[in-house]
Amino acid sequence: MVKTMFSKGKIVAKTGNEIMAEAMRQIAPDVVAAYPITPATEIVQIFSQFVADGKVPTEFVAVESEHSAMSATISASVAGARAMTGTSSQGFALMWEMLYIAAGLRLPIVMAEVNRALSAPINIHGDQSDTMGARDAGWIQIYSENSQEAYDNMIQSVRIAEAAKLPAMVTTDGFIISHCMEVAEVYPDADVKEFVGEYKPERALLDYKRPFTLGAIDLQDYYFEHRYQLAQAMRDSKKIILEVADEFKKKFGREYGFYEKYEMDDAEIAIVTIGSAAGTTKAVVDNLRAKGIKAGLIKIRVYRPFPAEEIAKDLSKVKAIAVLDRADSCSATFAPVYLDVVAALYANCGDKAPKAENYVYGLGGREISLEHIEEVYMKLDAVAKGTKKASTQVEYINVRIK
Amino acid sequence: MSAKMIEVRWHGRGGQGAKTAALLFAQAVLTTGKYIQAFPEYGPERMGAPVQSFNRVSDSPITIHCSITEPQFVVILDPTLLDAVDVTEGVGTQGKVIVNTSFSAEEMAKKLGIAKEQVYVVNASKIAEETIGKNIPNTPMLGALVKVIGNLDINGVLNDTKAKLEVKFRSKPEVIEGNIASIKRAYDEVKNS
Repeated sequence: MVKTMFSKGKIVAKTGNEIMAEAMRQIAPDVVAAYPITPATEIVQIFSQFVADGKVPTEFVAVESEHSAMSATISASVAGARAMTGTSSQGFALMWEMLYIAAGLRLPIVMAEVNRALSAPINIHGDQSDTMGARDAGWIQIYSENSQEAYDNMIQSVRIAEAAKLPAMVTTDGFIISHCMEVAEVYPDADVKEFVGEYKPERALLDYKRPFTLGAIDLQDYYFEHRYQLAQAMRDSKKIILEVADEFKKKFGREYGFYEKYEMDDAEIAIVTIGSAAGTTKAVVDNLRAKGIKAGLIKIRVYRPFPAEEIAKDLSKVKAIAVLDRADSCSATFAPVYLDVVAALYANCGDKAPKAENYVYGLGGREISLEHIEEVYMKLDAVAKGTKKASTQVEYINVRIK
Repeated sequence: MSAKMIEVRWHGRGGQGAKTAALLFAQAVLTTGKYIQAFPEYGPERMGAPVQSFNRVSDSPITIHCSITEPQFVVILDPTLLDAVDVTEGVGTQGKVIVNTSFSAEEMAKKLGIAKEQVYVVNASKIAEETIGKNIPNTPMLGALVKVIGNLDINGVLNDTKAKLEVKFRSKPEVIEGNIASIKRAYDEVKNS
């Protein structure tokens, strides 16, 4: 029987896109600026219908491109509004220049992002190439395994962004979650409203009684300090993220942290991954545990800020790990998540760090099955036992290589 | 996958409502207390082209998000697909196939190349024409699927589908009644002979 965690919660069947739009309706931002066309996904389209039907008082600004969508969202935020947008893939790529400006101006914009492949070749299916490319843009990045997490992450991210004075993006895996209908619990409008609270910006350009300058030229004398402050704000946001998660758990019942540990207490081998593949991996862990293999999983939820010390501590206890990346770096070395995990291990554990392999999977929506994941665990098992050596280069899952 | 989980694959042609059927089925089954997933296979969508959609149903939360390759139940909305698509792929010797056809289960089993025990037939197109007034086989096939799966509550499914249709077709009560009647009839008429 499907049960709610929150006494006033309601069980619904919704796609990832529907539930992110629903979260936006409940958050009821002052302004949403978006360009609702493929590959932007249905999120802002559904939201614009809420606006048209009078179900949310948001001012919806239909712009002519994603570059303009982010520009208009930035302007609204600068003016003092709670501002949101949504996009995906190429649309996200077109926002690039403005992403850095949103972060540099320290604007708490929240974006619903659906992870989809980048062209060329043309492909609109699920992979994380789009947001992984923006991992150093100064945005908080929160990834969701399923619809429920997408909904909960959207609600929390508003609070996180506003307290940290940093923009935040919440993502789901394209099609796999965005277009999959599954069971989720939604909370009453009033409770979400209460949790999110009212946005009171410290400074607002439309507050003409307290004028200030924003976005001015900043040369050798101060630019570096401002960029340091941005980096420091990202470090400081870790505390805020945990505080908001704590309050969320007290209010709605679901527990969130930087990452989820699944069967990690006595794990000897572990996979680290992000997004929907983590759910599939849980089923593999269950199967392996039934056979006596001590497999575990770490699913990263908060990728920026990266919880380096915490993750290194949890992984230091295992013998071999594999980091599964749904984006390649084309850097001739390793993929993004692996680089962060291994750097964290090297800095914190030195020669006590576990053996670590890197696998790239699922580009352009390519299937990742239970069998593929089990193969990785079996390799890790052999590495842990010393019968096989860990690979020193990126390995690829389910791709035809000549 | 867990032994208790049910996996379903729907075959139709673009425009016949294979995606809608999977979504309706999932929503209806959720109201009977089960965990569900519904997802279509996205490709270049064209009217009339072969399309697939999928369901998972379970008593416990469903965490997997990989594709369904060995469905226990296959629903075929359009019998002309039998010559165009390998509809029995992954069905094995235990999976059940439900076909919208006027032919018998024996005849269909021969055509599909699987055992007669695995094949169920129902003339969903005829039922749809007589109840809804149009050849829209997806809603009646929903009733047939509920019957063949066996342990689902048909009344829960009917009530939820009715509620969904009431929102969508507020001004056309005859559409709602027709659809509900089509589900009931297909539930009663689907057979293994």
